[in-house]
Amino acid sequence: MTKYSFLICLIPALSFVMIVFFLRWKEKLSAGWSIASILISWVMSIIVLIETISRNGQPYEASYRFINLPGINIEIGILVDALTAIMLVVVTTVGACVEIYSVGYMRGDSLFSRFFAYLSLFLFSMLGLVLANNFFMIFIFWELVGLTSYLLIGFWFEKKSAANACKKAFITTRIGDLGFLVGLFLIAFYCGTFNYGDVFAKLSAGVMPLGVLTATAIFVFSGAVGKSAQFPLHVWLPDAMEGPTPVSALIHAATMVAAGVYLVARAMPMFIGTGNGAMVVAIIGLITSLLAATIALTQNDIKRVLAYSTVSQLGYMIMALGLYGYDTYHGSPSVGYFAGTFHLMNHAFFKGLLFLAAGSVIHGIGTNDIREMGGLYPKMKTTAITFMIASLSISGIFPFSGFWSKDEIVASTLHHPVFLILTLTIAFMTAFYMWRLCFMTFTGKPRDLDRFNHAHESPRVMTWPLAFLAFLAVVSGWVGMPWLHHGFSSFVYAGAHAPEHHAPSYALMIISLCVALSGIGLAYLMYYKKSISPEAIGQRFRLLYKLSFNKFYFDEIYQVAIINPIMSIARFMWSFDVVIIDGAVNGTAWLTILLSDIKQWFDVWIIDGAVNGSGWVVRQIGDGLRFIQTGVAQSYALTISALVVLFGLIKFELVYLTWSWPIMTIIFVMGVTALILVSRVVVTRQELNSDISKEDKV
Amino acid sequence: MFYYLALAAILFSIGLFGVLTRRNTIGILMSLELMFNAANINFVTFNKYIAAEALLGEMFAIFIIVVAAAEAAVGLAIVLLIYRNWNGIDTDNYNVMKW
Repeated sequence: MTKYSFLICLIPALSFVMIVFFLRWKEKLSAGWSIASILISWVMSIIVLIETISRNGQPYEASYRFINLPGINIEIGILVDALTAIMLVVVTTVGACVEIYSVGYMRGDSLFSRFFAYLSLFLFSMLGLVLANNFFMIFIFWELVGLTSYLLIGFWFEKKSAANACKKAFITTRIGDLGFLVGLFLIAFYCGTFNYGDVFAKLSAGVMPLGVLTATAIFVFSGAVGKSAQFPLHVWLPDAMEGPTPVSALIHAATMVAAGVYLVARAMPMFIGTGNGAMVVAIIGLITSLLAATIALTQNDIKRVLAYSTVSQLGYMIMALGLYGYDTYHGSPSVGYFAGTFHLMNHAFFKGLLFLAAGSVIHGIGTNDIREMGGLYPKMKTTAITFMIASLSISGIFPFSGFWSKDEIVASTLHHPVFLILTLTIAFMTAFYMWRLCFMTFTGKPRDLDRFNHAHESPRVMTWPLAFLAFLAVVSGWVGMPWLHHGFSSFVYAGAHAPEHHAPSYALMIISLCVALSGIGLAYLMYYKKSISPEAIGQRFRLLYKLSFNKFYFDEIYQVAIINPIMSIARFMWSFDVVIIDGAVNGTAWLTILLSDIKQWFDVWIIDGAVNGSGWVVRQIGDGLRFIQTGVAQSYALTISALVVLFGLIKFELVYLTWSWPIMTIIFVMGVTALILVSRVVVTRQELNSDISKEDKV
Repeated sequence: MFYYLALAAILFSIGLFGVLTRRNTIGILMSLELMFNAANINFVTFNKYIAAEALLGEMFAIFIIVVAAAEAAVGLAIVLLIYRNWNGIDTDNYNVMKW
C-alpha cells in the first residue's frame, strides 16, 4: 500500500475536479463524493501508517526524474517515513471530520458544493506537501496550500472583512514564501538537487560554508514563519477567522499552519548543521508563543482566542524543534524533535476539536462574542463536553493527550532555564485563557437572553465528528507515554537520529500539571466563582491589558511602518504610470495617426492620382480616336491602300532614287490630306441634308 | 512585257478605285474580281518572261480563279443576307461596326 500512497493525495484532487466540472449543481452528491474520497484517503493513510510502523519507520522513497538540467535535477516523488505517515493520518482524520461536520455547518449556503470542492483541493495540496520527497515539490504544494487557504478564508467574499482577511493572509504568507524561495535557490546552487536525502547528505559533507548554511536555513525557516504564523508574520492568522469555522478548524488549526512545523521538522538536519541558526528558530518560537498567549488572555471573540492559542501552540512546537537542533549541534541529548512532532499531532486533534466545537456554539447561538454567551451547558451538552475535553487536553491535564506532549516540550527546554520558565508561564496562560473561554461560554448566567433562548444543539452530523475528535484528543497522547519504550518516540526517530530513551521525569510532570491546574483554578475563581474581579486586574495592569487587548498594536505598526510607505510608493508609481508611460503610449498613438494622415494624403493625391490620371489619359485618347473606327470597310481599305502607297513611295524615293527629300511622298501626303478634308466637308453636308430631309418627311 | 504589266497595273487601279468608291456591295465584289485578274495577268506575265518552262505562274493563276469563284459564291451569299437584314446592299446600310 505504501507504494500507492501517492493516491492518497490524488483522490481528493480527483474529487475536486469532479465537483467543479460535473457535480457543482448537485449539493448532496458533491458533499458525499468528497467525503467518500477523503474517507478512502483516510483508510489508505492508516494502512500506510501501519506498514510504516511494521517497517520500524524506515523511509520508503519512490521518484522519477522530472526536470534534468546540467547542474540541477528536479524529481517528482514520494517519501513515506514516520513523520509523513503520521502527518497523513492527522490530515486525513481531521479532514474527514471537518468535511462531515461541514455538511451540517454549511447547510443552506449558496456555495455549498464549491466549499467541498475547495476543501478537497486543500486536502490534495496538504497531502501532497506531506508526501513530497524534495524541496521543489514541497514548494509547489506549499503555494497550492496558500492558494486554497486564500480561497477558503475568503469563502464569504461578499463580506468586506473576509475579502480583506484573505488578501492579508495571502500576502503575509507570501512574504515568508519569498524567503523560502531564496532558500531553495541557495540549496539548488550549492547542492544541485532538491531531494531531501541528497541535500542533507551534501550539507553534512560541507558543500555550504557555515554562514551560507545558516542563511539558507533561516530563509527556509522564514517560509515556515509565514505559513505557521510565527512572529513577526503572525498577524494573518487571527484575521483568517473570517472564513467559515470548519475552515478555521482544518486549515488554521490542524493542517496548513502545521505545514511550517512540518517543514522545520523535515529540514531538521539542516537546522542541526547551523547550530546557532537553530537557536534563532527556538527564540522566534518562544517569542511567538509568549506573545500570542498574552494576547489570547484578553480577546473576546471565541475564534480569535482559539486563533491566538493556535499561534501560541505552534510557537511551542517551533521552539521545541529549534532547541532540538541547537542541543544536537552541541552534543547534548534532547527530546525536542519528538516533542515538536508529537505536539503537532495532538494539537491537530484537540485544536481541530476546539474549533469545531466553537463552530457548533456559533452555529447554535449566532455570535462569536463570548460576552454574549454564558450558561450554554444545559442547551448544548455534547458541544460543551467535547469543548471541555479539548480544553483539558490543551491545558495539559493528565491523562489527556496534551499532557504528554506538553510535558515533552517542557522536558526539551530543561537545559535552558529562561526557556523553561517562559514555557511554564505560557502553559499557565494557556490553561487560564482556555478555561476563561469555557467558563464564560458554558457556565454562569446567560448574558444575552434573546440569543440564549434561540440557542440549540447542533445536528448529529456535526456532533459526531466532535465526539470522534474528543476521543482522539483523549487518547492520541497515549502513544507517546514515556513508559512506552517503542512508542511514538522511537518511531519518529527511526532513521537518521537514533533515539536516546529518557526516563520519565515525574517531578517535571507534577510541576507542569500544577501549573496547568493553577491556571484553571485562576480562571475558575475569576469567571466562575467571580471572587476575583477581572476588571480590577485589568485596571491594575492597565498598560499590559491595553497592549494585550490591542494585540500589541502589531497591525497598527505594520500599517504605519510598511503598508503606508508601500502605498505611497505605489501611488507615486501610479502617477508615473499615468503621466510618463501612458503619455508615451498615447504620444506614440498620436504620432502614428499623424503619420498615417500624411500617408493618406500622399496615397489619395499621388498614388491614386497617378492611377486615375493614366486611366484618364487613356480615356481621353480613346475618346479622340474612336471616330477613326467608322464601321465602313471601304474607309479602312482606303487607309490601307493609301499607307501602302505611302511606304512604297518613301522606299522608292529614298532607296532607289536616293533623293535627300521624299518630295513625291510629301506631295502625296498633302494630296491625300486635302482629299480627306474635302470629303469630310462633303460628308458633313450630306448628313445635314439627310437630317433636313428626314425632318421634312416627318 | 511593259504593256502586259501596264495593263495589269491599270486593271488593278481600276479595281481598287471601284472597291474604294462603289456604294453597291455587288459592285465592290466585281471590282475585287478585277483586282484578282490584274494579279493573274502579273503572274502569267512574269512566268512567261522570267521562267517560261516552269508553268508555275499559270498554275497559280488557275488556283486564284478557283479561289475567286469560291470567294464570289461566299460573298454573294453574304450579300444576300445583308439584303435580307438591312433591306439594301449599299455599304451605307450596314455601317453598324462603328464607335
